[in-house]
Amino acid sequence: MSDERSSDDRLRVIQTDAPPDAPSRKTGDFEPALTLMGEHDLCPGCGEPVALRQILDAIDGMNLGQKTIGVIGIGCYTALTSLMDIDLIQALHGRAPSVATGAKRMRPDCLVFTLQGDGDMVNEGLQEVIHTAARGESVTCILLNNGVFGETGGHMTATTVLGQRTKNTIEGRDAKRDGYPILISEMLAQLEGTAYVARASVHDAKGVARARRFLDRAFASQMKGQGFSFVEILTMCPTGWFLPTAQGPSYLDEELGAVHEVGEIKKDGVLIEKAKR
Amino acid sequence: MPEAKSNRRLMEGSEAIAEAAIAAGCRFFTGYPMTPFTEVLENFARRLPDVGGHCINAESELEAIGQAWGAAATGFRAATGSTGQGLALMQESMSEITRAEIPIVIFNMSRGQSDYYQATRGGGHGDYRHIVLAPQSVGEAVELVQLAFHLSDHWRHPVLIYGDYLLAHTCEAVAIERRDYGALPPKDWAVDGSLGGTGRSRNLNPIGMEKGSKGIDPSAFWQKLWEKEQRIEAAEQRFEVEDADDAEMLIVAFGTLARFARASIAQLRAEGLKVGLFRPISLWPFPSEALARAAKGCRLVACLEQNAGQMIDDVRLALNGSHPVVPIGGISTDAASFGIGPLLDSERIASRARDAHQGRPVSRGVVA
Repeated sequence: MSDERSSDDRLRVIQTDAPPDAPSRKTGDFEPALTLMGEHDLCPGCGEPVALRQILDAIDGMNLGQKTIGVIGIGCYTALTSLMDIDLIQALHGRAPSVATGAKRMRPDCLVFTLQGDGDMVNEGLQEVIHTAARGESVTCILLNNGVFGETGGHMTATTVLGQRTKNTIEGRDAKRDGYPILISEMLAQLEGTAYVARASVHDAKGVARARRFLDRAFASQMKGQGFSFVEILTMCPTGWFLPTAQGPSYLDEELGAVHEVGEIKKDGVLIEKAKR
Repeated sequence: MPEAKSNRRLMEGSEAIAEAAIAAGCRFFTGYPMTPFTEVLENFARRLPDVGGHCINAESELEAIGQAWGAAATGFRAATGSTGQGLALMQESMSEITRAEIPIVIFNMSRGQSDYYQATRGGGHGDYRHIVLAPQSVGEAVELVQLAFHLSDHWRHPVLIYGDYLLAHTCEAVAIERRDYGALPPKDWAVDGSLGGTGRSRNLNPIGMEKGSKGIDPSAFWQKLWEKEQRIEAAEQRFEVEDADDAEMLIVAFGTLARFARASIAQLRAEGLKVGLFRPISLWPFPSEALARAAKGCRLVACLEQNAGQMIDDVRLALNGSHPVVPIGGISTDAASFGIGPLLDSERIASRARDAHQGRPVSRGVVA
C-alpha cells in the first residue's frame, strides 16, 4: 500500500522533549464542527459514526460548511442526520444520486454529496449511481458499505461477501444460490465520467486516517469540477453480522476487506493499476 | 375592434406548456420520453438553456423525479412529467416529496383519462393528495401551468397538471405572458448549503426528523400535514358551470373531453333538451359543494369520462344520493392506446346523453 500523503495528513509525531505548545484537552472539552451533540440510536461498535465524523471533518477542513448540501439515503446512518449540522435533503432508498444531480445543477457552487449504504446504493439504486457517474455529474457519492442490511436486522445485500452469514443466507452467502457480490468502486471506475474513485475502511486508526484523506481528495476533485467522485467506506456492523462487538473491526478487515480491497482506484480521471493502489 | 396584434402565436400544446412554465420561472426540467409527453420534454430541452436553466434527459422516470426533487429542494421552480405509466414509476418519490413539503409541478400527459384515480388519490404510499389541475384547452393550460407553480410554492405542495394527447398535440393561438398570482412567502426552507455549522441548518425531511434531537415527533408532523391538506381542500376548488340554470340534466366532464361535451350540449339544446355542463378544473380538491349546488334543479346527473368510471365516485360522493348519476363515458381507445378513441365525438356523446336524459339504457361498451 503506497499511500501518498499530503503533509497535513501525516500522523503527527508528538514532541516529548519540551512542554506542549497548548494545554492538553479531553474530548469533552470541545465539540467537533458541523456536529450537533446529542444522543443517537446506533449500536455499539457501529462503523458509521466513525465514517460520518470523517466526512463532516473533511467538509469543515475545506471550509465548506456553509456551502454544502448533503443528500441522505435510508439506512441506520439516517438516524444520525439529526446530528449533522449541514443543509440536508433526506432522499429515498437508491434515489440520492439523482436528487444530488438536481441540487448540484441548481447550486453549482455548493459541495454536493450523497451518503448511502450498500442496501441503498448497490441494491435499490444501482442504476442511479451508475447513470450519475456516467454523466460525470459534479457530485460526490459516499457509500458506507457493511455488506448487510443493518437496519432491518441483518439481511443480505448486493455487496455481501461469499460465506457471510445473514438472516436470509443463514449458512453463509453461496454463489450458486445467491450470486456474487458487486464490487461497486471497481465498476464505477470503468466509466469515463468518474474522476476519482477510492475505497477505505474504518476498522483501525490508519484506515480512518485513510478514509479522511480519500474524502478530502474526492471533495477537492468535485470543487475543481473534474467530474463524478466516489468514496466507498467499509464500516463495521457487528450487530448485523451476529458477532461480539469487539470482533467487528477484524471481521471487517479480514472478510469484507479481502473482497472489497481498499485503495485509490482512480485519480484525476486516470485508472490506477491494481499493483500500484 | 380587432384584437391588438400581439404576442398571440399558433402554438402546439406541448410547446405552450413549456413556454408557460418558463414564463412562470421554471428553470429545471427533466424527463424520460413517452408519448404523448415527449414533445413537452423536447420543448423544455430546446428552451431552458436559453434562459439559463437546465433540462436533463433522464435515464428513467425514477431518475427524473429524483432530479426534480433535488432541484426543487434548492428553492428553484422545477418540474418533471410523463404519462400515467411513467408517473406510476415516480409515485414513491412523489409521496416523499409531498411529506417533505417541497413545491414541484408534475405534468401527466396521460393517455386518455384512465389515470384519474392515480392523480387524485395520492397515487403512491402513505396518506396524502396532490393538487390536480385539468386544463380543457391550450389557452387554459397556459394559465393553469403558471397557477400550478404559484399554488405549489404557496402551499409547499406538489401540483399535477392533468393533460392528454389532445392537449399536448393541438395547436391554438395563445399569448405567453407571465401572470401574477400574488405574493409568496420567502423560501427560507430551501437548501442552499448556507446554514451549515450555524446550528440552524435545514433538513428537508419526509419523515419529520428535526435537527439536534433524537427521533421524531410523528403526531405533530402528521397533524401539520393533515391540517394543510384540509386547508387546501377548502381553498382550492376550481370549476366551471354552463347552462345549468334551467337544466334537467347536468353532464360532468373534465379536461379536453369537456369540450366535446360542450359541443354535444349545444346540439341537445337545439333539439330542446335542457342539458348543462359542470366542469371540474381542480380534480383534487374536487369541487363537491359547487357540483351539489349546480345540480339543485336537475333531475339527474350524467358523468362523462374516458375510462371505466373513476371520477363518478367523486360525483356520487358530492351528490350524496340526491340525484341519480348515470355514467355515459367508457373505455375508448385507438390502436396505439394513446387515448384518441371514438368517444371523442360530439355526435356519439350526444346520443348517449340523449339516452340518459330519456331514461333509456346507455350503451357503454369499449369503443376502439
